[in-house]
Amino acid sequence: MVIDSTKMKSLADRLAGDEVKGRSLWADARKRFFKNKAAVGGLLVLLLVLAFAVFGTSIARYSNETLDFSVMGQIAEKGGPSLANGHYFGTDDLGRDLFARTVQGTQISLAVGIVGSAIAVLVGTFYGAFAGYVGGRTDNVMMRLVDILMSIPYMFVLILLLVVFGRSIIMLFMGIGLISWLDMSRIVRGQTLSLKHKEFIEAAEATGVSRLTIIRRHIVPNLLGVVAVYATLLVPLMILTESFISFLGLGVQEPLTSWGALISEGAGTMNYGTLWQLAFPLFFFVITLFAFFFVGDGLRDALDPKDR
Amino acid sequence: MKTKLLLSTILSLTLAVPAWAATHPVTGEELSANQTYTYWLLDAIKSLDPQINTDVEGSDLIRSLFEGLYNEGPTGELEPGVATSYDISDDKMTYTFHLRADAKWSNGDPVTANDFVYAWRRLADPAFASEYAWYMELMQVVNAAEITAGTAAPDTLGVRAVDDHTFEVKILAPLPYFPAMTVHGSTFPVHQATVEKFGNEWTLPGNIVGNGAYTLAEHIHGEKLVLKRNPIYWDDANTILETVTALTINDENQALTRFLAGELDRTNVPAGQYPRLKAEYPDVATSSAYSCSYIYMLNLSDKGPASLKDTNVRRALSYGVNRDIIVDAVLQGGQKPAFNWTHWATAGFTMPEIEYAGWTQAAREAKAKELLTAAGYSPANPLRLTLNYNTSEAHKKIAIAIAQFWKPLGVELTLNNMEWQVHTDKMQNQDFEMARYAWCGDYNEASTYLDLFTSYSGHNNGKFYSEEYDRLMKESKTAADPQPMYTAAEQILADEMPVIPIYHYAKVDMIAADIKGIPTANVMQTWYAKELYRVAK
Amino acid sequence: MFAFIVRRLAIAVPTLLLLIVFSFLLMHAAPGGPFVSERGLPPAVLANLNAKYGLDQPMWRQMLTYVWGIVSDFDFGPSFIYKDRTVNAIIAQGFPVTLTYGAISFVVAVVAGVSLGVAAAIWHNSWLDYLAVGISIGAQVLPNFVMAPILVLVFTLWLGWLPGGGWEGGQWQYLIMPVVALSTSFMASIARITRSSMLEVMNSNHIRTAKAKGLPMRKVIIRHALKPAMLPVVSYLGPAFVTMITGSVVVDMYFSTGGIGKAFVDSALNRDYAVMMGVTILVGTLTVLFNLLVDILYAWIDPKIRY
Repeated sequence: MVIDSTKMKSLADRLAGDEVKGRSLWADARKRFFKNKAAVGGLLVLLLVLAFAVFGTSIARYSNETLDFSVMGQIAEKGGPSLANGHYFGTDDLGRDLFARTVQGTQISLAVGIVGSAIAVLVGTFYGAFAGYVGGRTDNVMMRLVDILMSIPYMFVLILLLVVFGRSIIMLFMGIGLISWLDMSRIVRGQTLSLKHKEFIEAAEATGVSRLTIIRRHIVPNLLGVVAVYATLLVPLMILTESFISFLGLGVQEPLTSWGALISEGAGTMNYGTLWQLAFPLFFFVITLFAFFFVGDGLRDALDPKDR
Repeated sequence: MKTKLLLSTILSLTLAVPAWAATHPVTGEELSANQTYTYWLLDAIKSLDPQINTDVEGSDLIRSLFEGLYNEGPTGELEPGVATSYDISDDKMTYTFHLRADAKWSNGDPVTANDFVYAWRRLADPAFASEYAWYMELMQVVNAAEITAGTAAPDTLGVRAVDDHTFEVKILAPLPYFPAMTVHGSTFPVHQATVEKFGNEWTLPGNIVGNGAYTLAEHIHGEKLVLKRNPIYWDDANTILETVTALTINDENQALTRFLAGELDRTNVPAGQYPRLKAEYPDVATSSAYSCSYIYMLNLSDKGPASLKDTNVRRALSYGVNRDIIVDAVLQGGQKPAFNWTHWATAGFTMPEIEYAGWTQAAREAKAKELLTAAGYSPANPLRLTLNYNTSEAHKKIAIAIAQFWKPLGVELTLNNMEWQVHTDKMQNQDFEMARYAWCGDYNEASTYLDLFTSYSGHNNGKFYSEEYDRLMKESKTAADPQPMYTAAEQILADEMPVIPIYHYAKVDMIAADIKGIPTANVMQTWYAKELYRVAK
Repeated sequence: MFAFIVRRLAIAVPTLLLLIVFSFLLMHAAPGGPFVSERGLPPAVLANLNAKYGLDQPMWRQMLTYVWGIVSDFDFGPSFIYKDRTVNAIIAQGFPVTLTYGAISFVVAVVAGVSLGVAAAIWHNSWLDYLAVGISIGAQVLPNFVMAPILVLVFTLWLGWLPGGGWEGGQWQYLIMPVVALSTSFMASIARITRSSMLEVMNSNHIRTAKAKGLPMRKVIIRHALKPAMLPVVSYLGPAFVTMITGSVVVDMYFSTGGIGKAFVDSALNRDYAVMMGVTILVGTLTVLFNLLVDILYAWIDPKIRY
């Protein structure tokens, strides 16, 4: 998966190019966003998935840890999805309720995605804004460093980090977030640089508008749009990265679980007559990634309207 | 005393009939024209050097590429290898092995007693730094311990080539199962000139010189190994398989899919899949006893938790494990619940009367609850423990199940998964509370298990100490019949519960219906490619 | 241009040094060493093993010896775990494998992705466009560790058309499934990027002018639109390359191809310092070189860029 650089650039150019009045930009964008069926559908799905993560535990008839001894050992025959015995999504190989496990996996995967994306966006924005604002040699050195870091095989480094510091969810959050801020910092730096020399900013400065107001009225709305879009599109990337790490067995550890861990378990046993173990987690995984994708895309199109 | 091992009937019979006949020389089964055998390996082979290898998978290949003094027969009995017979001195401390004259290296050189002397010294020599150097010490070869510790020169090892075909070994104390220990790969001879010529790379195809029934044709790291029949092996006339291929497949489910597609002749059955496969492929799915035991080791050392120093707490933990569910619902492959340490099928071993083995699970749980309550633990005030286990789907499942068994008893178990290397390192430094552990017998005798928990054992990582236990195991070394001592030692383990026995292994495999000769009746599960053959369908 | 290449190569050296130092320190900080043995090694044996592999030296000296070995003899040392092999031997065997299926996947992904993206852009808002967008989003969210076992199940077990794994020197039937598993998600990403970039270009002034002049559509696209539309695709190739190497872990695990992806993961998990370092340095170098190549390509396509 990849964040479409053409569209990102176009959005960034637009947001840096025009004098955008904070309120009207967002008001217009909101209108356009709600006209976009795919985006609204995505938003709806996200809300549903979120509700599933939040309220799922109270709907589940079992805890995510309890072994159901009545189905254990005969999962293929008795562990399938059933309303009668309360395993709505069936059970995993040990007879644990897959519904409860999927709820838990959803909570953790969403958390990893959102926290990872937040870390990436925060670090990237500060780094990029600082470099762009200070400029000169500092900017040069900082951006060279980004160049250097960009050519490091980050997945290898992440694997090393997890091996060295042990498998913990904190390490996962940090590791996933810290490897994704590079692109963000470049975009923000570019934005800041071009904003600094824009006529409308210079004009505002000339007419004596206070610096604080300039930042609030002009720079923040400009950056905010890019940051919001980028953050939304980064979440599915983070979730995908987490799933790969979980596939390697380096992700979240029992008794916790994530979509990646559930999918990787389910994929291993898909030929053993327990296909639901793959199907349910994969379904949630796929619709959520789709939804984030459509929402992010819709948000961007709303901020940068063009016929596509 | 003079012991002469006669050629087995099988051997004398097979000598009479040439191998290229279309029927098996002994059984008379019609043989397939396709004499190939392909089996599954989980990972790349680490080494094919007999004195460096430490893995079961490496040993399987080494037994086909090399040959030691003795081999194991279909049920684990000794069969002559390079040695045809041995003499034993009156004090039972000197063995003289008589080597066959027709044994040859794959380059044509004769196999001599000097090759064994070289290999055995090489194993003990600390400069060579073999991870299996301790095996020479276990065999009680004179000076082995001193050499490995660096206080004696390697050439002082108690082995000697009397002449080219007579190999003499001096040991420190009588050891009734000494000859049986020579079936182990680390005691196999190596070709000195080849080793010295190629250094570390002498085991690569093209370089390697072996004395086994097969030679190494290909070894592609992480993909496959191919073995071809060795025409100058002394017993080549009775070898049937032409080619043996080992394929590395890093995922056991994937391996099973490929077995079902006909790409493999043997693969492992993933945990929990045996009943289904047995029903579907009754001639193919097999389960047989395998000499390994699975336990949770408890840390009784100073670094261990105070709670585990209480014998009653240890007993309660053991009583609380529902072993029937582990073997019948989790593993489902014909494993047996374990209440003791030595594998139940070990030769000559008499299982002691272990009291709690006879109780019902409900009774065990009630007793566990009672003991824990007496020790002050309950679900409201739980006993908190951490379990370390190395990464594996089956270990994970068992750990999760046991955590659930213990929860209602007032034990809160935190699972801590780590790579094997880290797991082992932590165990050796007593940096654990409870740790998953398994041991596979090096030879088919109870001492291979029981020696582990002596205070002077290098593997007693939980630091269990019992004077009586040490005394029993020391005495057993020289006793005419050590079995009662083994039984008594097991009784001490059951009383003191320094480890929680969980199950005894079974080898659960899919074996193609036309492949015959895999010795599933041998609890060591050691197989020799030269004994295998494919029958016509 | 030449000065630009020199400058980029000058950055490459500190990049690689940083990578070496960083992964060296990380690896040596990890718990559990390569010679942890189930039986607990006698001290004399362990001391000899450590001496044999230089682990008894102070860290800075180990690092210097290591770097010097690479610089002077291109020698990455012996593997700590696979005792009969050097790191050079492991890489020499695994790298061509990874390179072969990786390069084929790369070409397949680029050709198929660009074609799909261009088609979707030309017939914008047609059923073909929707199909292309659908495929490309779908293919991007299906993890390759799910796709790989499905492929084996379908094409090996059920249909019996293709071998379930192995390499056999790279015969075509052993290549198909690894290439499909590895290239699908990149193909999809490239298709998406191409599509939006193509749309952007098609709406730009110089294409409008070209169309207004009455040039046939085919000529407009091939002569004028395609080249500028490739810019974002080209800049995506760098990250794509890195992710593809990561994907080779899955390919090696499921298809027993014996490439370096699995060798890396194994070496990290087994504490095989030497192999881990060797593969990291190799991949780092390749990434740097590939990025340089991409930059040159970019400069060649985009006349606006001056170095």
